[in-house]
Amino acid sequence: MAKQEQVSLTGNEAVAYAFKQARPHVASAFPITPQTEMMHKFADFVANGEVDTEMILVESEHSAMSAAVGAAAAGARVITATSSAGFALMWEIVYVAASLRLPICMALVNRALSGNINIHCDHSDAMGGRDAGWIHLFCESAQEAYDNALMAFRIGEHPDVRLPVMINYDGFIISHTADSLRMLSADDAWKFVGPYKAAYSVLDTENPITVGPLDLTDYYFEHKVGEIEAHKRAFDVVRAVSAQYGALSGRGYDFFESYRLDDAEIAIVLMGSTAGTAKDVVDAHREKGVKAGLLKLRLFRPFPAAELAKALAGKKAVGVMDRAASFGAWGGPLFTEVRSALYGADRQPPVLNWIYGLGGRDCDLRQIDSVLERLADAARGKSGETVNLLGVRL
Amino acid sequence: MTLKRAHELPAGGIIVEAGNADAYNTGDWRTFKPEFVAENCIHCMFCWIYCPDTAVNIDTTAEKSRMIGFDYDHCKGCGICAQHCPPAAKGKAAIVMVRDEK
Amino acid sequence: MAGKMVEIRWHGRGGQGAKTAAIFLAEAVLDRGKYSQGFPEYGPERRGAPMRGYTRIADEPIRRHCGIESPDIVIILDPTLLESAAAGVTAGSRDDTVYLVNTAEQPANIRRRLGLANGKVFTVDATQIALDCFGRSIPNMPMVGALLAATQLLPLDDMKSSLSERFKSKFSQAVIDGNLAAVERAYKEMVRE
Repeated sequence: MAKQEQVSLTGNEAVAYAFKQARPHVASAFPITPQTEMMHKFADFVANGEVDTEMILVESEHSAMSAAVGAAAAGARVITATSSAGFALMWEIVYVAASLRLPICMALVNRALSGNINIHCDHSDAMGGRDAGWIHLFCESAQEAYDNALMAFRIGEHPDVRLPVMINYDGFIISHTADSLRMLSADDAWKFVGPYKAAYSVLDTENPITVGPLDLTDYYFEHKVGEIEAHKRAFDVVRAVSAQYGALSGRGYDFFESYRLDDAEIAIVLMGSTAGTAKDVVDAHREKGVKAGLLKLRLFRPFPAAELAKALAGKKAVGVMDRAASFGAWGGPLFTEVRSALYGADRQPPVLNWIYGLGGRDCDLRQIDSVLERLADAARGKSGETVNLLGVRL
Repeated sequence: MTLKRAHELPAGGIIVEAGNADAYNTGDWRTFKPEFVAENCIHCMFCWIYCPDTAVNIDTTAEKSRMIGFDYDHCKGCGICAQHCPPAAKGKAAIVMVRDEK
Repeated sequence: MAGKMVEIRWHGRGGQGAKTAAIFLAEAVLDRGKYSQGFPEYGPERRGAPMRGYTRIADEPIRRHCGIESPDIVIILDPTLLESAAAGVTAGSRDDTVYLVNTAEQPANIRRRLGLANGKVFTVDATQIALDCFGRSIPNMPMVGALLAATQLLPLDDMKSSLSERFKSKFSQAVIDGNLAAVERAYKEMVRE
């Protein structure tokens, strides 16, 4: 295992260090809270000559993603970052990046979408982009944000995948909190990430190509098959890259983390920083003799439905916590995915949903406690609402 | 024309064969075709500029380029060249549209 | 304090440095090989608006990512927040919660004003110390000094070396020296019940 330094960094700083260690050729970005500090820190590295990256300062997020796509089509390793409304403004080109199979790595520092305007964390921005064709990794802590940012390059750039990767971490809660983490040396990180060789480049005049041509009824659908299948192949690549990173860093990753889940009778499923809080509450319930557990999803896209169904099979009640509302839908986006994955699966458990933490509403120990209490009731056969709101004045 | 299957296509919907439009013959779309009347041509290159399918053949080996005829594999018979041929305005057309008897 | 996580809630007004102190304390603790978290409750970030900061300290990695509901230690940087409903300084208070207040008043008086029956109350006139030592009414670093006197969370010298190291790229040596002097004075002048 590699020697590592114990450091105190915010999530934004941690990701900026990971990006520096991956030595991208190009970074293009436009500032938006709470992402700004990350690119600010990265721009410091560029200005100080610590990383040889072409920094493109653009006039909007639409341009940031456009520049990223152009640079990636030229064969560059490209990073960018955004949050909330910035991601919404990128929207059109977010799809293009995935369609053109360009492995851009983006930090999406999760923040609520307007309106009303709010700078705090929820996952509504990420959920808006869930169908865009990107790989989505979610992080519990600054440590995970750092680790996932390094692994993102290996996953996205793998010849079997070639997809852009979003590293999601919670705005302010992770991005602005000084946290303890272990960081690889520049050499070890570079040995792990390694150089990038693009499959094609628009700058290769010996082998000219056309990128993004008109694609109508005759071929568009066939081209989408490529994206669909790249996501299927990504599972093996995520596993392999994570295993290699685990051997290097001592920090293992998989599609999800199972925390005291194997023998659990009731389980919470969620993503992001609330997982850490939930672990403390699970421990408290275990001390009281309640068999509680947690499934923390790391890989949201592609969605590991089969593995998830296996991990949750036979539970007496499962509670999915969504940090986003899907307006008009029956439950939050994670709930509908999880419940769909369990439908028809072996020993299918009942699944309840809580929508929580919108606009940065603090999700404290008591809220998670109340979810586990309700799940315990449900496990005993007590009925109640399937879709619930948590931590809001009703 | 046989369309390729999904797995036969390069990733990202890119086109890796440069200039593959050359293989796409639009010549069979014609109902009228331009005929070149060489003795009336002043080699102004208007037809070459206006042609939407780069189907005007020119000889660039001489000091001044010369119009020499049409690429009927790609000429769609749109007639824009004949519309813009300056000698035609003086009654001595260098390009004449005629029915295409394929 | 081995084995137990210490949760500290800072109450201040925008501009008094509660955020900086919350994060700095976390970093200083980390420099000693412990685990920590430091973060503010981000609001509209207006100078003078009541705001909260949080610091967690533990021997083990800290997992929870939420505000501090039931603090071990409450640090109040501005005495005008004592009775402020918006600030809610006593929210989630326990029998053993420790209060450290920036004020020239005696702890017994503060205890009465906060309506506390239990716990411990410490005071220090951090504003006066700040004015004397570096000429600005930013009481955050003297409050850190007083906190160490009240709780022994860290040795004073360790905190001072972290302060010098971590602020050297942001502030002039004169500002750092003034803060170091203020920390030391607050450490000595902190008032117990």
